[in-house]
Amino acid sequence: MGSNQIMFILFSVMIVVFSILTVTSRRILRAATFLLFVLVSTSGLYFMLNYQFMAAVQLTLYAGGIVVLIIFSILLTSHINQKFEEPGNKKIIFSAIASITGALLSILTILDFKFSATTQAAQEVNMRLIGKSLMSVEYDGYILPFEVISILLLAAMIASIVVAKKSGPRTDTQTLKQE
Amino acid sequence: MRIDLITSLFSAFSEPWWKIFYDFSILTRGVDEWLRNLMTPFWTVVIEMVIIGVVFLLLYAVIGLFLVYAERKVCAFLQNRLGPNRIGPYGIFQTIADLVKLLFKELIAIKNADRFLFNLAPYIVIIVNFMVISALPFGKGLHAIDFNIGIFYILAVSSMGIIGVLLAGWSSNNKYSLIGAMRSGAQIVSYELSIALSLITIVILAGTMQLSEIIEAQRSGWFIFKGHFSALIAFVIYLIAGTAETNRGPFDMAEAESELTAGYHTEYSGIKFAFFYLAEYINMFVVAAIASTMFLGGWMPFHVAGWEGFNNVMDYIPPFVWFFGKTFMVIWIIMLFKWTFPRLRIDQLLTLEWKYLLPINLVNVLIMAFLVLKGWHF
Repeated sequence: MGSNQIMFILFSVMIVVFSILTVTSRRILRAATFLLFVLVSTSGLYFMLNYQFMAAVQLTLYAGGIVVLIIFSILLTSHINQKFEEPGNKKIIFSAIASITGALLSILTILDFKFSATTQAAQEVNMRLIGKSLMSVEYDGYILPFEVISILLLAAMIASIVVAKKSGPRTDTQTLKQE
Repeated sequence: MRIDLITSLFSAFSEPWWKIFYDFSILTRGVDEWLRNLMTPFWTVVIEMVIIGVVFLLLYAVIGLFLVYAERKVCAFLQNRLGPNRIGPYGIFQTIADLVKLLFKELIAIKNADRFLFNLAPYIVIIVNFMVISALPFGKGLHAIDFNIGIFYILAVSSMGIIGVLLAGWSSNNKYSLIGAMRSGAQIVSYELSIALSLITIVILAGTMQLSEIIEAQRSGWFIFKGHFSALIAFVIYLIAGTAETNRGPFDMAEAESELTAGYHTEYSGIKFAFFYLAEYINMFVVAAIASTMFLGGWMPFHVAGWEGFNNVMDYIPPFVWFFGKTFMVIWIIMLFKWTFPRLRIDQLLTLEWKYLLPINLVNVLIMAFLVLKGWHF
């Protein structure tokens, strides 16, 4: 067994174990921490595939961004002694069926696909290549999805500012009068 | 048999021994070849990983202890005191004595705390620290991993350090710790933007994110000189944001003693407190090392394009001396910040980032892109 296989087994065991712990943990911040471990080991898999850009994006967006956001909101809202109740039997059965069928479907699809083995060495994905194909209008360029996603992000940012914006002084005096 | 092994190790080096100070890859290649002749590739990789791990552990401890000592001496110098002077000449063994004391201290278990997360938090901070320093170039050939996304990897990994701080603050079950962690979180998340944007300015100038290539591009002059005022602005912004990122004064409301006792690590004692403390100093080292790599040429000696004789004289100083010299100079500047400026309020801190640094930075990136497009840098 080569070092590659050992690392692969290590990462996949970590992903499976921590994923299960994430959904079974009764304490919410522990669940968030286990989710962090799942995301970090996934980025380890990307590092193994030599796709370092994807790995770093995984770390900075999911581990450094989304998990931090989740932890922030937990910090603001929940108390340390708070524990979730045990879910009812009905819930357990239905979610188990749903997740097992989902896993079976994706495993069957992957096994169905004919992976053709090559003798070519693993290619390093260059930064220049990624940047050029993101900005390219050629056949395999990604300029349209890139622009669509940036408009979506802009809309989300404007919406969040509008939601978070304090109402003007006029409404303040109105509430004062009501009191 | 044993003598045979050692002579075969030495015969692996074809060059005179002092050359390794100038190009460290001679040593690493020699050791690698020697190990490969002795055992299978799998065990070679395992043993090399163990060696590099031990070297980084040692480096981590030595740099941490030295920086704590340096901080106390610099602080004493600025306040017209002597500083530590009892243990060893000029008190250089003071931090080792402190470390021994911390090792023997009791680890107090907190009632009503989330024990698992409480114990996990210092390790997250330390592990993130190790992942960052493993990608730094310390000298020519003295570079553990050279990713093609180098600087992006460092930014990505260091953005996870905040998770350890947040977990520590929450799991202590203490209002001071919680407020300290929240402040520290808000501060680090917002100043990360400035750090990333000021580094992007330099990435535009260099045309690559690989750290070894960035340093190679500074052979004809450091980026702070090559990039005109634009690089200078980026450097100043990076220094401000980097100081804030390490939670050091004047940006240290996260652990403002007068308001929050010690912030997120109030409840920690003994070696777990030492982990947080060391991690803070290593963070400062990392910030300074990135500043020296991106703006001041890293291990590249001071070169002026066209002055052949001068450049050759400068090349006689070994690269790691240049790297550590520049890094400690930046650390000295960051320490001066701490002991000269008064602490900011949280609203002043967020105003500084979102209303001043961020817009200046965005304009600066545009200016740098324009300069590079026009070819006006040299």
